[in-house]
Amino acid sequence: MNMLVCVKQVPDTTEIKIDPVTNTLIRDGVPSILNTFDGYALEMAARIKDKDPSSKITVVSMGPPQAKAILQECVAIAANKGYLVSDRAFGGSDTLATSYILSEAIKTLEEKEGKFDIIFCGKQAIDGDTAQVGPEIAEHLGYPQVTYGLGAEVDGDIVKVKKEVDDGVEIIGVKMPCVITATKPDFDPRYPTIKSKMAARKAEYPVLSAADLTTIDLERAGLKGSPTKVKKTFVPQKKTGGIKIKEETAEESVNKLIDALTAAKVL
Amino acid sequence: MEAKNKNLWVFIETNEDGTPKNVGIELLTPGRDLATKQGGALVGVVIGSKVDPTVKEVEAHGADQIIVVDGPEFAHYTTDAYTAVMYQLIEKYGPTTILIGATTEGRDMGPRLSCRLKTGLTADCTGLDIDEASGNVAWTRPAFGGNLMATILCPDHRPQIGTVRPGVFKKTPGDPAHKAEVIKEDISIPADQIRTKVLEVIKDDGGESVDLEGADIIVSGGRGMGSAEAFSEVRELADALGGVVGASRAAVESGWIGHAHQVGQTGKTVGPKMYVACGISGAIQHLAGMSGSDCIVAINKDPDAPIFEVADFGIVGNVHEVLPMLAAAIKKIKG
Amino acid sequence: MDFKFSPEEQDILDMLKELCEKQIGPLAAEIDEQERFPKENVEKLVEMGMMGIYIPEEYEGAGLSYLTYIGACEMLARYCATTSVVLSAHGSLCSWPILAYGTEEQKKKYLVPLATGEKLGAFALTEPSAGTDAAMQKTVAEDKGDYWLLNGTKMFITNASEAGIFVVFAMTDKTKGNHGISAFIVEAGTPGFSIGAHEKKMGIRGSATSELIFEDCKIPKENLLGQLGKGFKVAMTTLDGGRIGIAAQAIGIAQAAIDAAVKYTKERVQFGKRISQFQWTQFELAEMQTKTDAARLLIYRAAQAKQDGEPYSHLAAMAKLSAADVANDVARRALQMAGGCGYTREYPFERYMRDAKITEIYEGTSEVQRMVISGWMGVK
Repeated sequence: MNMLVCVKQVPDTTEIKIDPVTNTLIRDGVPSILNTFDGYALEMAARIKDKDPSSKITVVSMGPPQAKAILQECVAIAANKGYLVSDRAFGGSDTLATSYILSEAIKTLEEKEGKFDIIFCGKQAIDGDTAQVGPEIAEHLGYPQVTYGLGAEVDGDIVKVKKEVDDGVEIIGVKMPCVITATKPDFDPRYPTIKSKMAARKAEYPVLSAADLTTIDLERAGLKGSPTKVKKTFVPQKKTGGIKIKEETAEESVNKLIDALTAAKVL
Repeated sequence: MEAKNKNLWVFIETNEDGTPKNVGIELLTPGRDLATKQGGALVGVVIGSKVDPTVKEVEAHGADQIIVVDGPEFAHYTTDAYTAVMYQLIEKYGPTTILIGATTEGRDMGPRLSCRLKTGLTADCTGLDIDEASGNVAWTRPAFGGNLMATILCPDHRPQIGTVRPGVFKKTPGDPAHKAEVIKEDISIPADQIRTKVLEVIKDDGGESVDLEGADIIVSGGRGMGSAEAFSEVRELADALGGVVGASRAAVESGWIGHAHQVGQTGKTVGPKMYVACGISGAIQHLAGMSGSDCIVAINKDPDAPIFEVADFGIVGNVHEVLPMLAAAIKKIKG
Repeated sequence: MDFKFSPEEQDILDMLKELCEKQIGPLAAEIDEQERFPKENVEKLVEMGMMGIYIPEEYEGAGLSYLTYIGACEMLARYCATTSVVLSAHGSLCSWPILAYGTEEQKKKYLVPLATGEKLGAFALTEPSAGTDAAMQKTVAEDKGDYWLLNGTKMFITNASEAGIFVVFAMTDKTKGNHGISAFIVEAGTPGFSIGAHEKKMGIRGSATSELIFEDCKIPKENLLGQLGKGFKVAMTTLDGGRIGIAAQAIGIAQAAIDAAVKYTKERVQFGKRISQFQWTQFELAEMQTKTDAARLLIYRAAQAKQDGEPYSHLAAMAKLSAADVANDVARRALQMAGGCGYTREYPFERYMRDAKITEIYEGTSEVQRMVISGWMGVK
């Protein structure tokens, strides 16, 4: 199998705190990480490679030069090669423009790496949480898609994807080439090894700029190519003024709570 | 694409038996409001198989017009068939705004459709309004795991589309006497154009389905519960209160309870009358899913836990001591 | 004076930290409670290539510095002291003497599977009547022409029931005392070699500590490790290095205790304040951290000297003496801060205290370290 995994470097949103004075996000010191769901996507590809060791995994990320760090991480974990798509012209892209640029980059990558049978994405990035780029890449390329994948297995010319739906799980058969987006599976992604980690440090991570994407229409990239505009951002309001009970013993606290709930007619 | 009118569409998701899913009916509530502000009609779009029950519900919940596409190939959602139908309908009718439920189906179809239309899509909205200055829909949604809210506009492209989080809006009681114009569109999608196939359906584990969104009382456990065994204390309190069991992501990821119970950014959004958070610190991702509860009770040993900032009532203490006592006290009250 | 990890080395330690945070730490209490060998942790360490972290690449190790290995021992101990000692016994006590004294054939045959983690290693010196006085070996290896015949009993052997390769010491000439001891490589499953009962210990309860019993056990001639009669030197130099790993284990435990105390005192409210707001708490924690860091520097100094091929026996002894003392002191003080909670098994403090104790005992008691240091000072 020739597989591509699309990855994104994101701030670790579980580490983000709100400045209580200015009521804004504190981004300083928040570590940049490989988007969690992209890690699951990579693991799904790696599991296919485990079964068919002749498989190849390429990773691609669109982002600033420092996003190379996550490509290195992916190569240490399971990927054969990592490419960065980076250009100032791509800045300010919304999901439609991002997916367009990535679909153009995929065409360029296919000239180097061969045609991809499966393109994996995380179901969403934990910073934007839109879950749009995967399906939009599929649409740009005209490929079928399966979203919310929990696992993928190749069976002849189709991929059987375990898909999470609202009331359970479905097994979906999809013909290759296709796009699969990954949600949290019931297995943990593998760790790199010392050797793979050292090798990944030494590997090259070619950068594709706008000039390298030969058929791209830059009118459809960056701010110009983005139909959605952010009007404003704000920190959600918290409600305040609750009653905090802390008595000497748990029993006294419980009694006080029961009284308060009864008085407030909640009970 | 140019809008041909000022109409607002609500995509109504259907079950395989032809009944509607909750979220579509819920969205008719803000849909009515926005449609009036936009000065257009409220249109329900129903795709499915044998969907008469859905059409009746949509009619009762205030749609002015209902566009129906009914066929066996639509009984089960597929990306290809539904996107193709929606695209054809939009080309023909040219609405200005479309609301889609941010369910697994809605979030699968939404981006596929908006990309085909080369228009903007705002995902997983929790607030809808009209931007007074421009007349566009102002889509408000959480980002950064709920730490930040963003208001998004789609000024120059039509239709403007958003997926809207289930549970945020409440459905109206409905009026069975209300009438809508029903338009049946005869569209069928050939089998070879549907490139995915459902090979197997596995419903949730052992009947442990849980209706968090519909529950009046939810008792949730978090990392502070410490173990799967200790989760029985949460269950016991839920039973005493006649509520259902919820959980934070930390508890689900520790394997103490199934994902179906998860409340929060990556789980369910709930709005019960009472929400009891046990051993939940109150990470913003969790608050995103439950801060709309009418009354929040928190039990946590850390007096600085953020959960206390949203709680109406809180006990600072050891959950393992407090929960059994609380359950016993409530059982006593209820006799 | 540069006891720093290179960016590559730091990268590897960060990777180990992730494993520790996700798996090894969360399992630590269970492993202690159930007194079970941390099999799943060792499997992950094997997959990562940690078992041969400092072994040269020509023997399929990762070829990283000894300092990085010591950093790994410390990191593991911060999350699970049991897992740390598994690696330490394997790396310092079994792999190292084979690397240092083995023939090329022995390295190919035994060091390679140790470095890849295919086999776990152990070291067998202590006997019922030869503890600190290691020269009192009763285990005997008789030269039978084609093979060695091994008879005797070893005790308190770490990794015993899990290991595939053992470095075993035995008398080859009883008349020569220290100079009659030789080292051998023994494989698990050799006829006449059996594992005795599991020892129930105070701390590091998941490590597999047992007796080894040799009854007419035939060892191939070529499994003599180092020269005949030079086993005592093999043992002592091996323990010199091992002490750095145990010292690292000790400060790993100390750091864990401090981290837990910081967390606890920031949560616990008494007299209307978080107890971290009391100056006594602040000063106590500051002192605990300072002592820990001082011991850590002694450890890094010893590891650096070993890596650079300089004499380090006394440096290792100082590092272990200091670190073991700090670990016990810090763990005790951390528990005291947590009061009654600290005494319960709901919290990790009592485990840190139990785990810390062994660092004053094994691979040379603190008294032995004092002997080594004063001997080096020429105090007679």
